[in-house]
Amino acid sequence: MSKSIITVVGRDQVGIIAKVCTYLAESGVNILDISQTIVDGFFNMMMITDTSGANKEFLVLSDELEALGKKIGVLIKLQREDIFNKMQRI
Amino acid sequence: MININEVIETNEMIEKENLDVRTITLGISLLDCISDDISTLNENIYRKITTVAKDLVKTGHEIEREFAIPIVNKRISVTPIAIVGASACKSEEDFVSIAKTLDRAAKECGVNFLGGFSALPAKGMTKSEELLIKSIPAALAETDNICASVNLGSTKTGINMDAVALMGKIIKETAMKTSERDSIGCAKLVVFCNAPDDNPFMAGAFHGVTETDNVINVGVSGPGVIKHALSEVEGADFGTLCECIKKTAFKITRLGQLVAQEASRRMNIPFGIVDLSLAPTPAIGDSIAEILEGIGLERVGAPGTTAALALLNDNVKKGGIMASSYVGGLSGAFIPVSEDQGMIDAVKAGSLSIEKLEAMTCVCSVGLDMIAIPGSTNEYTIAGIIADEMAIGMINQKTTAVRIIPVIGKEVGDEASFGGLLGYAPIMSVNSFSCEAFIKRGGRIPAPVHSFKN
Repeated sequence: MSKSIITVVGRDQVGIIAKVCTYLAESGVNILDISQTIVDGFFNMMMITDTSGANKEFLVLSDELEALGKKIGVLIKLQREDIFNKMQRI
Repeated sequence: MININEVIETNEMIEKENLDVRTITLGISLLDCISDDISTLNENIYRKITTVAKDLVKTGHEIEREFAIPIVNKRISVTPIAIVGASACKSEEDFVSIAKTLDRAAKECGVNFLGGFSALPAKGMTKSEELLIKSIPAALAETDNICASVNLGSTKTGINMDAVALMGKIIKETAMKTSERDSIGCAKLVVFCNAPDDNPFMAGAFHGVTETDNVINVGVSGPGVIKHALSEVEGADFGTLCECIKKTAFKITRLGQLVAQEASRRMNIPFGIVDLSLAPTPAIGDSIAEILEGIGLERVGAPGTTAALALLNDNVKKGGIMASSYVGGLSGAFIPVSEDQGMIDAVKAGSLSIEKLEAMTCVCSVGLDMIAIPGSTNEYTIAGIIADEMAIGMINQKTTAVRIIPVIGKEVGDEASFGGLLGYAPIMSVNSFSCEAFIKRGGRIPAPVHSFKN
């Protein structure tokens, strides 16, 4: 398992999750958990995913998600989970 | 499992509070390059650096993108060149040729600075060290990416005052040779007392002889993150304040540790240390001065500044030490003037003087850093400023340093501009009474007594 975090930040609109999930399904990325919240009026979504079965390189996924975000009008970021584990856990 | 608020907090630190990893510095031993022929030596050095460091920048970029954390600088440090060149270099020009080779290697690898054009005459000076030191003005004027450093003393050896006097002269010459660019050569030259072998930060980075062949050292940053965290404990007592700094420093350092281990794993080069120093940049909000002001000072330099800096520095260490298995380098708060907007503002407002900065260096690394002084300041006064700072380091068993820039053609009230991370600085006034007779005595200040600490 190779866990990564996807964050989506922007104005709420119809179909954000659908579009991101469709892309992930096509790319062979498994979604383990989804949560969302509103911060300062902005839609914040976080997905915990497993990229070990992905049919693309990690940095390609990262670029394509960023491009998808631009198309939808939100910011999408893909990061390896380690950064959060290290900073937020003892 | 990680929750969404933790993810948002981490990403806000990066996006809004300038959290970054300041540098991945690859230390490379050049001891196996040594030859008694200068052209063979130059060839060996170029080949070794460009082979070992060929993937440094690429690996840094990959880590940056996979974790979405900026790694501002990728740098190289090498064995002090006074040692490496001792056998081959017969003249100052020979040492300058090595500086040029290092510059070419740095450019080939894509790093912005390479440190280690250094000599360590803490007690006595070899012929080779003297030649290297005398070649510094030309070496820094004729290269772009090379940093030079000289260790002038230590708690164990005392202070080599002959070398201090020589450095006063060399700093002045370096300023003259780069006078058309606000004496920028001096921004790449630092003198130390108790120089560490594993410092990843420039201009003082070199790969000490106590180190292994190659090593990855990482310097973290994060003044903006600490400043933001402090805004949430405004008016709280010192216990709460210190707790807040420790927790934040822990998080910042863990990031450094993660990046260091990733770089080490990917390049198959051992991980050395994480340097805990808070390193400011000219960016608004990324300032040590602003942290001190957040602790409760109207302006940095006001009474209370030294105490505030002491508690900041100590708690950054306490939080950081728990976060990383190996801490080293300088590990303290940097208080450069030119690289910190809050410091610049305090100088302009008349709140901060060289004397107060000197007092501040008693409780934090690293010393008088990036301070611009009038170009008319003479070499003895510069040597006197250096001697004072070395004495603080020697007596207090800590690293101290001086990176001072006599800006040729400029006086108090003017500004010097160095560009990029080096920023700009108002020219600060220097005590004009002479110390010439003191500096001219020559010789060495003996090592201090290690008892009766008062």
